[in-house]
Amino acid sequence: MLVHALFFYFFSTIAVFSAIMVTISRNTVYSVFFLILVFASVSALFIMIGAEFLGMIMLIVYVGAVAVLFLFVVMMLNVTEQKNQQSSRKGFFNFISVGSIVGAIIFLELLVVIGGWKYKGNFISLSSINFNSDISNTHALGNVLYTDYIHLFQISGMILLVAMIGAITLTFRRRENVKRQDYFNQIKRERAESVTLVEVESGKGVTFDD
Amino acid sequence: MTEIGLGHYLTLAAIIFAIGVVGIFLNRKNVIIILMSIELILVAVNINLVSFSIYLQDLTGQVFAMFILTVAAAEAAVGLAIIVAYYKNKGSIHVEQISSLKG
Repeated sequence: MLVHALFFYFFSTIAVFSAIMVTISRNTVYSVFFLILVFASVSALFIMIGAEFLGMIMLIVYVGAVAVLFLFVVMMLNVTEQKNQQSSRKGFFNFISVGSIVGAIIFLELLVVIGGWKYKGNFISLSSINFNSDISNTHALGNVLYTDYIHLFQISGMILLVAMIGAITLTFRRRENVKRQDYFNQIKRERAESVTLVEVESGKGVTFDD
Repeated sequence: MTEIGLGHYLTLAAIIFAIGVVGIFLNRKNVIIILMSIELILVAVNINLVSFSIYLQDLTGQVFAMFILTVAAAEAAVGLAIIVAYYKNKGSIHVEQISSLKG
């Protein structure tokens, strides 16, 4: 139990520190790196309490995909050049009063909810987490996910599809003066509109439109 | 102190959630950090779901945490696409300069 407590405090301290650094860091690239650190710590916490599949998925999805996407966008957009402008600091101090008041109120409300609720202090089977049981966390999750929640699972796939199409449509740019394939017009084209027989008089030649 | 229970995890989630909300308020630099704060909030919600799922010995929480993961990935992709399109049009994603919707 002592080891569990030590690891919990270790990872949660790192997570909270890096979450603060995400919001106050002046360089956006550093913010992305601290975000990766938050995700890694939280996934370590997940693995620690026995949700190992979700922890690993979190590493893959967040660190491997989302954070890399953020990094790409940050590096493509060249936003770090604005970091020395005076206005950013001014805005920071303008909003720090309202922001910290709202944040403190939300945090206190959550603490009231947590503290006022009666629950047993310990996890029910923390001492006998799935490690020695015959069915693993991934197996159990798959059993539930593909039977009871199959419709939600497929709808989440649809959400991903819609998001993918939306992202492509938003950033798609049709370039001028580039020849493209146009399947409809290429296939529906017939002989009559593309080939003409021209009677050429001798000594005069022919002129075409294009 | 050495007994880590549900309350510890919920408190950690509350702290990260509050940091995310404050990050949205404090940030005046660019929109990307606002998106990152939203990701922080979603991570806090995920911590809540997973710890309750372990505590109640019910896998539903973990299933829904996976759905939240999906939605977070989709949201990040669409949000970043919007930011890229905006940057292409305006040349800046400084929060104070984004005021076209003010009317």
